[in-house]
This record gives sequence, structure tokens and C-alpha cells, in this order.
Amino acid sequence: MTEMIATRQAYGDALVEFGEKNKAIVVLDADLSKSTTTAKFGKKYPDRFFNMGIAEANMIGTAAGLATCGKIPFVSSFSIFATGRAWEQIRNTVCYSGVNVRIVATHSGVSVGPDGASHQCIEDLSLMRTIPTMTVIEPCDAVETRKSIMAAIDYKGPLYIRLGRAAVPVLTKKEDPFVIGKANVLRTGNDVAIVACGALVAHALTAADILQKEGIQASVVNMHTLKPLDDKTLLEVAKRTKAVVTAEQHVLDGGLGSAIASILSRNYPLPVEMIGIDNRFGQSGDPDVLFKEYHLLPEDIVIAAKRAIGRKQL
Amino acid sequence: MGNLPQLDVKSLGERAKVIRNHIIRMLAKSGSGHPGSSLSTVDLLVTLFYNKLRHNPQMPAWPDRDRFILSKGHACPALYAVLAERGYFEVSKLDTLRQFGSMLQGHPCMKTTPGIEISGGSLGQGLSVGIGIALAARLDKKDYRTYVMLGDGELEEGQIWEAAMASSHFKLDNLCAIIDHNDLQIDGSIRDIMSPHPIPDKWKSFGWHTLEIDGHDYPSITTAYSEAENTKGRPTVIIAKTIKGKGVSFMENQVDWHGKTPSKEEAERAFAELK
Repeated sequence: MTEMIATRQAYGDALVEFGEKNKAIVVLDADLSKSTTTAKFGKKYPDRFFNMGIAEANMIGTAAGLATCGKIPFVSSFSIFATGRAWEQIRNTVCYSGVNVRIVATHSGVSVGPDGASHQCIEDLSLMRTIPTMTVIEPCDAVETRKSIMAAIDYKGPLYIRLGRAAVPVLTKKEDPFVIGKANVLRTGNDVAIVACGALVAHALTAADILQKEGIQASVVNMHTLKPLDDKTLLEVAKRTKAVVTAEQHVLDGGLGSAIASILSRNYPLPVEMIGIDNRFGQSGDPDVLFKEYHLLPEDIVIAAKRAIGRKQL
Repeated sequence: MGNLPQLDVKSLGERAKVIRNHIIRMLAKSGSGHPGSSLSTVDLLVTLFYNKLRHNPQMPAWPDRDRFILSKGHACPALYAVLAERGYFEVSKLDTLRQFGSMLQGHPCMKTTPGIEISGGSLGQGLSVGIGIALAARLDKKDYRTYVMLGDGELEEGQIWEAAMASSHFKLDNLCAIIDHNDLQIDGSIRDIMSPHPIPDKWKSFGWHTLEIDGHDYPSITTAYSEAENTKGRPTVIIAKTIKGKGVSFMENQVDWHGKTPSKEEAERAFAELK
């Protein structure tokens, strides 16, 4: 049985781990530190932990100030508040200034579950991608989350990491490579490519298993970095498979699917099908029920893959 | 490392005149920008940059420097002129304000202009950055101070009050807010548009040591900066009553001069007054 760990739990553990040696790391939270798990860091290093209260705009600006003095601020809240409430602060004070603020937001996607639509951020990838110079990452599991936090420490420029509330299967191994901006090809097949990020990577792998039983060979790409997007790997896989399915726990507008369709349409036009949320808000419910309702399950990816294959030019 | 000898009141007045001349010339040339809001800040800035800040224009990134953030970024012509006169860059660069390729952007840009601590221009955000810098000083056990200049219209932004709350929560006595209280915003009087009054009561209730001064009176400004530095356990706000357009008679207290630049003829009239 695959181990299940929420990426947000791996985040708090990584902060504690890396914060021990690197004293420049400081952590800010907006009264959600137990949920984002930054409280683990706060308990261990209280001097370097700042609970900024329920005031996200001020938190982002404070992080920018700390960064100008050589600190490495990790800033956390739920993704709707971090990226939505404080978008313009991120745009003008953080990104335009080019300071090394790391925004790590949890509770993204409908897998937030019972809290409902107000707390299920399905727009953050788009909001962050559109800001010039921003780097955008969504790790697929706990192991990759730890690596993304490690990579973020020394990374130059503003950076956003998207994490989730619910436990997700651990798919990657400690020794697997993780480089910001370099996609990981998890499986190679020549009939169709499934390009996914975050929790949907697990669904993509399951979909590939189902397809294989039906004689369809799928490539699976873990596109953990949405920006800068690894167009080299994408185009290699696309040229081999001639059909692409994207999969994300996000609205179809402006997320992974949009990014990939944009690159493919300009460089190598081919059939693209997209798994994502189509112009709807989330709602309360268990994550599994919501995945079904919003067509984010492996079965949905299988249907999309067949559709993409069916659209290939003969 | 640090300051020139202290300037007396007469010398500060002379420096202020030079800065005001620069502002008029820059804005007449650029054809866009904010003369009224720039002119009201000049005496506060000159006193700070000549007599108070511990800084080194040759080393803008000196880690122990005092920091100044212009949160009301649209007044940057005044700050640019002060930075140039203090030697952060050549005075001749001032004439490139707002031009394509200029190091002097329409609003402060830290990547292009030495002495700018954070990029800005979107109101309400500078005090939060000041909190971060002040917290970093505390973590690093450094004694540099952080000054943030706000507009009075800017107090209408909610983030200012988030930051006001946090500054006193963290007892940031190394942080000083300076409010350029010129009573006007783009659309009219702050009393008419969205009154932030009573301003001193609000800051006091947020836990700040609150001073009210004449923002054009050098001895008062000097005393306020010293009192802020000597106040321990809480941040200080200096509410400086100023005159929008100060120094140019036809611009003074005229809301239309918030974001309108002088014609060649108007600039000549201004220069005559600023001799």
C-alpha cells in the first residue's frame, strides 16, 4: 500500500529540517500556522517565526522587507488568501522589486473538502503565472515537496509553491531528481502524453495503468514547475506521442493546461485535451466525491486520452 | 561611514530650495508627474537625508544603513532630487525622469535607482516593508533605523492599519512613520473624499507614540526625529502638517497640482519664486 502524506505536512517538516542549519530562513503565517503546518517551525525557532495575524497584505510586504535584508522568508496561508487577497502586494512589492520571497500556500484545489468553495482555491496557478518573473511550482507528493522547499532556499527571485490539505500518495523517491523548471517523465509510452501537476499526477499514473490494460501506451509527465515551463521536455514528448492530455486541480483558464496549450499551439500544434475545473466553483464534500463531481479522476483522464488519440491526424 | 556635518537651519533651507528647483525642472521636462505631492515632502526629506540618516551614498547597500521608504511613491521626484544631491547618482540624471530607458521611473524602482529600498507606487504598501526591515534589524542585532513616509490620503488604504497594528504588536521602536499631511488627494480634500480624521487619535489607539509637527519647520522636524529615535518599546509616527505645492505660490494648497506638470512659463514663474 502506498504511503499517504499531505504535502502541507512535508512542508512543515522541511522548514524545521532546513531551518536548523540555515539561520536566514524566517517563516511568516497569517493565523493558520497549525493548518499550514508552519507552527512546527514556530515551535522550534520562535525567534524566526512571525505570526502576522489575519492580515495577508501586510504579511507579504513584511516578507519583502525581510528579504531586502538578506533573510529568506517563507510566507504561508491558504492559497486563496495568499494569492487572492494579497495578489497586488505580490505583484508590486515582491515581484516588481525582485526580492526573494517564497510564498508557500496550502489548501489549494477542491481537495480542501468540507470547507467549501470559499476556501478551495482553484485560480492560484493562473494568478501567480501571470505575474512577470514569478516562478510557480506544484509538487506531486510529500517527497517532492521537501525537495522543492530545499530548492527554494537558494533560488533567486520570487517563487510560489502550491500545496494541498489532503493526504496524497507518495509517488517519488528520495533519490529522484528535482530541478526547478525541469519536468520529470515518470512513464514513457508513444500513444498519448498525460502532463499533470500536484495531486493529479497520481491520477495520471493510474490512468496510464488503465490505458495500458487496453493496449494504449501513455507517457506521464510530472510538470511540477509551471513557470518557467520545461518546453523542451514537453515538445520531445509531444512529438513522440502526437496527442496530449493535461491534468490539474485548477480552473481550465490560466493553469497548467493553458500554459501547455499555449506552447504547443505555437510550436507543435496537436490535439490537446484538458482535465480541470470548467468555469465552476467548488463546494463542500469529501475530496474523493469532489474529484468525481469535477471530473478529475483517473477515469476522466482515460476518456480524455482516448479523445485526444481519436483526434490525431491520420 | 555616514553623514556630512550637520546642516543648520539656513543651510537646510538652501538645500530645500535646490531640491524644489530640481522638482519643477524635472516635471516641466517630463510633462507628467506629481509636483504638489513632491513639494510638500521636501523639508522632511532634506532634514532626514542631511541631518539624520546614517547612510553612505557610495555604498547604497551598506547593511548597517538606516532605511528610508517612500510609500507615497508618486512623490519620487523629491526623493530622486535628494538622492542625487546626496551623491547616490549624477544630478544630470534627474532630467531623464519618466523617459524611456531612464534609471528614474515614474514611481520608485529599486532595480534601477540606487538608494531606493523597495519598488513602489501602489499606495498602502510601504509601512509593511518597513516592518520587515525593522524585524530583520532585531534578528541581526543591528541598530539601524527605518523611516517610512506615508501620505495622508494613503491612510485610506486598509493595509496601512494592518501594518500599524503589527508595528506596535512587535514593539518596533526602530521604525518611524512620517505622514506628509497636506490635506489633499487627487479627487479633492481628504475631508471630503474619505476622511481619515482624527489622525492622531487613530495612531495613538493603535499603540504608536504620536507626534504632531509643522512639516516645514526644520527645528520641529529635527526634534521629532530625535524623539522618535529615543522612544523605546513602541514605534513613533510623526504627523507632519504640510502644504501641498509648498514653495510655489500658485501651486500651494491647490488640488489641481497633484498630478499636473507646469508649462514652460509656469516653471519660469516657479523658478523666480524659488531663487
